[in-house]
Amino acid sequence: MSSELKPRPTRDGFGEELVQLGYENPKIIVLSADLEDSTRAEYFKHKFPERFFNVGIAEQNMVGIAAGIAREGFTVFAASFAVFLTNRAYDFIRISVCYNDANVKLCGSHVGVTVGEDGATAQCLEDVSIMAVLPNMRIVCPVDYIEARKATRAIAQEYGPFYMRLSRAPYPIITSPDDEFKIGKASVLENGEDLTIISYGITVSESLKAAEELRKEGISARVINMSTLKPFDREAVIKAAEETGAILVVEEHQKINGLGSMIAMFLATSYNRFVPMEVIGINDEFGQTGKPYELLEFYGLDYKNIFRVAKELLKRKK
Amino acid sequence: MIEQKLSVKELKRLATEIRKKILLMTHKANSGHPGGSMSLVEILLALYFYKLRYDPKNPKWELRDRVVISKGHATPAVYAVLAKAGFFSEEELEGFRQFGSKLQGHVYFEVPGVEFNTGSLGQGLSAGIGMALASRYKGIDFNVYVILGDGEIQEGSIWESVMFASHHRIDNLCAILDYNKVQENGFVNEILKIEPLKDRWESFGWNYIEIDGHDFDQLFEALDAFTSNKGSGKPTIIVANTVKGKGVSFMEYNHAFHGRAPNKEELEKALKELDGGDNV
Repeated sequence: MSSELKPRPTRDGFGEELVQLGYENPKIIVLSADLEDSTRAEYFKHKFPERFFNVGIAEQNMVGIAAGIAREGFTVFAASFAVFLTNRAYDFIRISVCYNDANVKLCGSHVGVTVGEDGATAQCLEDVSIMAVLPNMRIVCPVDYIEARKATRAIAQEYGPFYMRLSRAPYPIITSPDDEFKIGKASVLENGEDLTIISYGITVSESLKAAEELRKEGISARVINMSTLKPFDREAVIKAAEETGAILVVEEHQKINGLGSMIAMFLATSYNRFVPMEVIGINDEFGQTGKPYELLEFYGLDYKNIFRVAKELLKRKK
Repeated sequence: MIEQKLSVKELKRLATEIRKKILLMTHKANSGHPGGSMSLVEILLALYFYKLRYDPKNPKWELRDRVVISKGHATPAVYAVLAKAGFFSEEELEGFRQFGSKLQGHVYFEVPGVEFNTGSLGQGLSAGIGMALASRYKGIDFNVYVILGDGEIQEGSIWESVMFASHHRIDNLCAILDYNKVQENGFVNEILKIEPLKDRWESFGWNYIEIDGHDFDQLFEALDAFTSNKGSGKPTIIVANTVKGKGVSFMEYNHAFHGRAPNKEELEKALKELDGGDNV
């Protein structure tokens, strides 16, 4: 843990690594729907203007063009706000990208209520569930700036459609450059035996804080950063169930069809014992205007609520 | 590559043959879209037997021209023409819309000669633009043809693509509009008017050509006009006036045959009409 480092938005890691990739690989093309300043895709634009297009405010066309270029052997990144990218262009993602198995990397920034003041329309809370149901699609959500750089590189190097979930809000730095990042592999940030907290994105650092508070009360919580949401690390989940006997999923995302749902279904259908489980997420409602941490707290995604729910969950553990 | 160009007389005979196949394929599958396939026959034949650069034995040949069938339901015509062009055997057409066959209901890229999967209208033009841009990046001069339905341009996404193509001066792109006047529930211009086409496309910065889409000579001329327009910076739209269900009296302009196959009786009647038609 290198907590003394200044928190940074994961979009920064994306933007910076993309430039590096641009130098290394002439077959990388980047498209933006007029939000490259916000997504940080503009770093690439400044270095490689001939391989960059701002398509205008036209997400469907952006995704379709991305698929067309990709089918010709290129690696295409298409970036916008997560809300517009995944929702507005959904049918294009489904057919032009996924059904065509096009090598397109969809990068959506501004996820979760921690977008803050822009309010409900800009706060993407359903992207994981709607991307997860698409065949061929894989989903990653880097936990900090450092992991965002690695994730950007990893998805560029792996063929096929990807969706990467990125933040506007600064995320605390909790990984180090030497940590391994592998698509499909979770990382255990804190070991524990009494329960496991599984999370992704900004709520991972809140989960770590909650684990710290729990430890003060003699409870040892394992904390897992599930940075690949599809396919998520099934082995890590089974191990958590086996070794800690209780699972709490925390996500800055709708609870319906989020990671909690996917893990619950997996355990119910693939694991022979009952594991008490709880999910903290958004309860089927839109976000609202506010300061990022104010909203995190209001929606129960902060460490204090994670701490409280974890203790409740333990009461259900036999 | 096309070894030898066919005469118009031979192409007309082929057109009739393809129309019969469309009827037989959809009848056997008891589903499919015969109307908008019958309208497309001459357009496809003009492409595959006159204009396109391709090698059916090497469908992924880097120098080939790309064809995106944005009206992805026109599979009966597309598959029949691809088989005729030598991409796969004509026996395989028997599998159309059958379980286990590559010949999916809507265009599918595992079928040799099919470039891009579509089936949700309004997407193929974007993909075609992507391919046309890729030609720039690769430094390989190929052309991209996108087949649009007339009802399809009611989709707003088409106009995002139309704006983009002219703004970025993509002149190796040719959209061909199969203007058969009829969509699933009736006449296009009664449901949602797409006219005035010339004014609209020209005002969006496209090179506009309008022809009779069943007349081979006009098709050849229009396709050649597209390639000689390269260098102008303008993408080309060929509006091909066609007849939905072309060649069979009771299917022509009949929206019932947009998405319904002919039954046994209708099939026999239709085949008889085609045999006696002036295309022979």
